[in-house]
Amino acid sequence: MPEPAPLLEVRNLRVEFPTRRGTLVAVDGVSFAIARGEVLGVVGESGAGKSLTGMAVIGLLEQPGRIAAGEIRLAGERIDNLPAEALRRIRGRRIGAIFQDPLTSLNPLYTIGQQLVETIRTHLPVSGPQARQRAIALLAEAGIPAPEHRIDQYPHQFSGGMRQRVVIALALCAEPELIIADEPTTALDVSIQAQIIGLIKRVCREHGAAVMLITHDMGVIAETADRVAVMYAGRLAEIGPAREVIHAPQHPYTAGLMSSIPKLGQGRPRLAQIDGAMPRLNAIPSGCAYHPRCPRQFARCAVERPDLMPAGGSRAACWLHAHERSA
Amino acid sequence: MNARPDAPLLALRELGRDFDVSRPWLNRVLERAPRRLLKAVDGVSCDIRRGETLALVGESGCGKSTVARLIVGLHTPSRGHIEFDGVKLSTGGEDTARARRRMQMIFQDPYASLNPRWRVARIVAEPLRAQGQPAGKQAVSARVAELLQQVGLSPEDGDKYPHEFSGGQRQRICIARALSTHPEFLVCDEPTSALDVSVQAQILNLMKDLQERMGLTYLFISHNLAVVAYIASRIGVMYLGRLVELADAGTLFVQPRHPYTRMLLDALPDLDMSGRPRTPVAGEVPNPLEPPAGCAFHPRCPHANDRCRVERPELRDWQAGSPVACHAVEESRLPS
Repeated sequence: MPEPAPLLEVRNLRVEFPTRRGTLVAVDGVSFAIARGEVLGVVGESGAGKSLTGMAVIGLLEQPGRIAAGEIRLAGERIDNLPAEALRRIRGRRIGAIFQDPLTSLNPLYTIGQQLVETIRTHLPVSGPQARQRAIALLAEAGIPAPEHRIDQYPHQFSGGMRQRVVIALALCAEPELIIADEPTTALDVSIQAQIIGLIKRVCREHGAAVMLITHDMGVIAETADRVAVMYAGRLAEIGPAREVIHAPQHPYTAGLMSSIPKLGQGRPRLAQIDGAMPRLNAIPSGCAYHPRCPRQFARCAVERPDLMPAGGSRAACWLHAHERSA
Repeated sequence: MNARPDAPLLALRELGRDFDVSRPWLNRVLERAPRRLLKAVDGVSCDIRRGETLALVGESGCGKSTVARLIVGLHTPSRGHIEFDGVKLSTGGEDTARARRRMQMIFQDPYASLNPRWRVARIVAEPLRAQGQPAGKQAVSARVAELLQQVGLSPEDGDKYPHEFSGGQRQRICIARALSTHPEFLVCDEPTSALDVSVQAQILNLMKDLQERMGLTYLFISHNLAVVAYIASRIGVMYLGRLVELADAGTLFVQPRHPYTRMLLDALPDLDMSGRPRTPVAGEVPNPLEPPAGCAFHPRCPHANDRCRVERPELRDWQAGSPVACHAVEESRLPS
């Protein structure tokens, strides 16, 4: 059963890119929900459509990409068909975003303080000095030492890890209900990554914000997420509680993904590998998109596309679990 | 040829490399600014034995890639030297050229390291031409076909262009190119960092198979400890241009000795969700232009004392165990 009144609800989302050679479907029939205070991890390999799903939610799909079907609701209210101006007000105020490369999220020509104050005053009715006070408090909360001094510095004066902290402070400016974090730790070293993961977790808990955490790194998911959605070729392969999906994956793709990750202290057996590669968008296989690479495929997989169905502790789009539904 | 089979294939001796990051000459004169040198690699000594995989790990800016580039001759050392199979490598010299023909390099980004305008067959055959190995057209194309098959591609792929391949397949092309001249030693600089995990597993398995089949020796540069645990037989941990610990792969993960190694292991995400207790990671790598005095790690080290702040530790085997550069280990001050 879905939780009562989820904060974010995405239903049958379809994102298309019209090209001269036909329409590419980059996100195809994706549905999920995130409750308040919950972290949903979205994992998948390059080209799985995880970032596009996030971009569709904040309304930042790049042209010519467009939402072709489905709906996105924030606290029950549809936001996918809002005019650009209305969406712009929601973005930043009610939805915050953290991207992979902190340097591209910050304007190099303005001080950190100017950028924070501008964002705060755009969304909240406060005076300049109040906004500055709030900016300093946010920087302190994001773990930046001596914030009252560093607020007047420029982005280039910060290290990579510190910049990502500034971006997190920026995303928190207006106390958003939902934070979309797209690969927030990918550009960072492991020791910094651990600190940023801790920060995102703490912030989510203290502010009761929902987080959609997009990443290719299962380790980050295991550390942070309450639930996980696994994407493959623009579709959801599996969705369920993080512990279930990681320890008892139900979709053969999730299982393959998990066993291809090198782990410490497992002796040194050969890594399991998934042969082949993710299909290109112009050549998505019929039926289940994973079937050409799947070690457990059978006749039905190539013809009929599976929907998400109950499987173990989660739900998986795989015909192997078809009997569980009828039973 | 060096006759002793137990001699290391490659030896680094007090290897160092500085980069001049001074302001332009005019600024220095007008502003009386001094020259500034960045010590990217500083006093690194270690051996690589035949047939083994030595991995260098560390965070950005620790000098691991610079070591790789020094070995293949893309940089010249500022201090110290490199010996390959008993031959001291220098700039120029027939001996050095001959030694360097026996090594090849694989780079991180399989998108940037292949010429987009060349067909794959020409890319793979380029080292053969560059090293002037005598061969007819026919022999070259037979060799290319053989190489493509060795890395899991088909001979027909030789007629395609790089853009027709995925990242993992491109990295296979890079490996085929590196193997074309029958090298004994491969320097691999983050060869799987740009790849997805399932593809990374394919490439790591391929590299292991090739090593077994051809008796290759690898220097494997990576920031990913889990990848290194899988592929390496020995591991060197670098911090701010210096080697701080050198241990067998089995030992390093079970008994890390240097506090920095311990911190790195603690920072790894816990995939088992076992909730094992961990020391929170503190601080960041300092500015390499102004490295801390004494042990470069002391500002972040929970075990630092006055000696660590002034005296630089050397990499030695303290008591029994693998070499580590740490006063606390030497004085047995570390909790185990």
